[in-house]
Amino acid sequence: MPHWVEACDRDDVEPEDVIRFDHDGRTFAIYRAPDDRYYATEGLCTHEEAHLADGLVMDHIIECPKHNGRFDYRTGAAQGAPVCINLKTYPVKLEAGKVMIDLA
Amino acid sequence: MNVAATMPRDYSLIGRDSRRAEELGLASAEWYKAPIARKRLKELMQRSDEAAIRDTILWIAAFLVTGGLAITFWPGWWSLPFFLAYGVLYGSSSDSRWHECGHGTAFRTRWMNDAVYQVACFMIMREPTVWRWSHARHHTDTIIVGRDPEIAVMRPTQIAKVILSFIAVPQVWAATRSILRHAMGRMTAEEETFIPDMERPKLFLTARIWLAIHLGVIALAIMTGSILPMLLVGPLPTMYGAWLHVMTGLTQHAGLAEDVLDHRLNSRTVYMNPVLRFLYWNMNYHIEHHMFPMVPYHALPKLHEELKPWMPKPYASCFAAYREIIPAILRQMRDPGWYVKRKLPDGLEPVDMMTRASIAAARG
Repeated sequence: MPHWVEACDRDDVEPEDVIRFDHDGRTFAIYRAPDDRYYATEGLCTHEEAHLADGLVMDHIIECPKHNGRFDYRTGAAQGAPVCINLKTYPVKLEAGKVMIDLA
Repeated sequence: MNVAATMPRDYSLIGRDSRRAEELGLASAEWYKAPIARKRLKELMQRSDEAAIRDTILWIAAFLVTGGLAITFWPGWWSLPFFLAYGVLYGSSSDSRWHECGHGTAFRTRWMNDAVYQVACFMIMREPTVWRWSHARHHTDTIIVGRDPEIAVMRPTQIAKVILSFIAVPQVWAATRSILRHAMGRMTAEEETFIPDMERPKLFLTARIWLAIHLGVIALAIMTGSILPMLLVGPLPTMYGAWLHVMTGLTQHAGLAEDVLDHRLNSRTVYMNPVLRFLYWNMNYHIEHHMFPMVPYHALPKLHEELKPWMPKPYASCFAAYREIIPAILRQMRDPGWYVKRKLPDGLEPVDMMTRASIAAARG
């Protein structure tokens, strides 16, 4: 059963950027792609737990700020060393100007 | 009390100081970062192929000119200056190329980073898989004893090793043993601490390819009855061209603090001339690089300007840095607990080992 949670206003995230969203003791990363679609992943890099929201978004890639490990934030797929484990992703929808993520 | 002052340090990644680093909260810890605005940092982090393509075209052209003239004048004495220049390109400028492309920041396009990374790694005889992972650890645990596999000058200083490193004797010896070990499908216990299982087939394959290339160059030299192929490709140019990368590389951390969580205390930023900065791809801005490794080399001078209010005074030149480094590492031969203490701008507090240890103790 879906568990939709309001993460932020849609304008809180600049195009081709990412912000951090903390909820219930967990941390997430909310992305706005160049094509204005929104995505969400777990917030910490699977390599050494740096906050991905401090990283760099390039097209559909998020680069970790600590060791430059890269993921495709649409699928969570790790793109090669030094990241080997994929990110968990979460469904996202827009509702009345808000970015909602499904934490079910 | 400085533990390093009372007992010899164990630089092994599986020894006493490795366990101590973990107990003190120094392993994979949170490091000081200057409070630069996210918006400005994001601007500086932007990637571009333009600068690195330009620099790589120049780099390849410099290889062709120096190598071509060295071959043209071979075996006369006039080939010597061209070999010296070629060697610096081969054995020294490759240091910054593997490094920047290993971070994936030099080019925006990934395959370009990967291609230059592989070539530069071969030139400097740093196996791509090993060094990608060892360098990740170097950034996680910079100059943390027992954690950082890339501490260039360990204490007490082994001065003969430092001197021989200028012609890459220890590096090439270690690399040759490592390539042979990996070609046979074996790893050291230390490597097992930082190279994941899934990377091992790639490590072994690369070692076998490198071994085949090196043997091929030796075979060519034997077949042609000339040492010329070996002066152009392989361990010899890595060695006769190493001096510049060792000279610039030692300015990064030598003589400074160990076991601190603040790159301002264990790294140096040194002003260098444009030629050196081209060969070194701006790694002279080393504190800035460690603090924000996502900023590409071509944006480091701008990052340096942004971070000045929080940084110690940069060194005016390599000469200025070595006026500090040489006495420091000589003193560390007999007094391994001693180190250079960097002065931060007035009112700024460093994050040192005891700060972190206090935090760890307070957390229980």
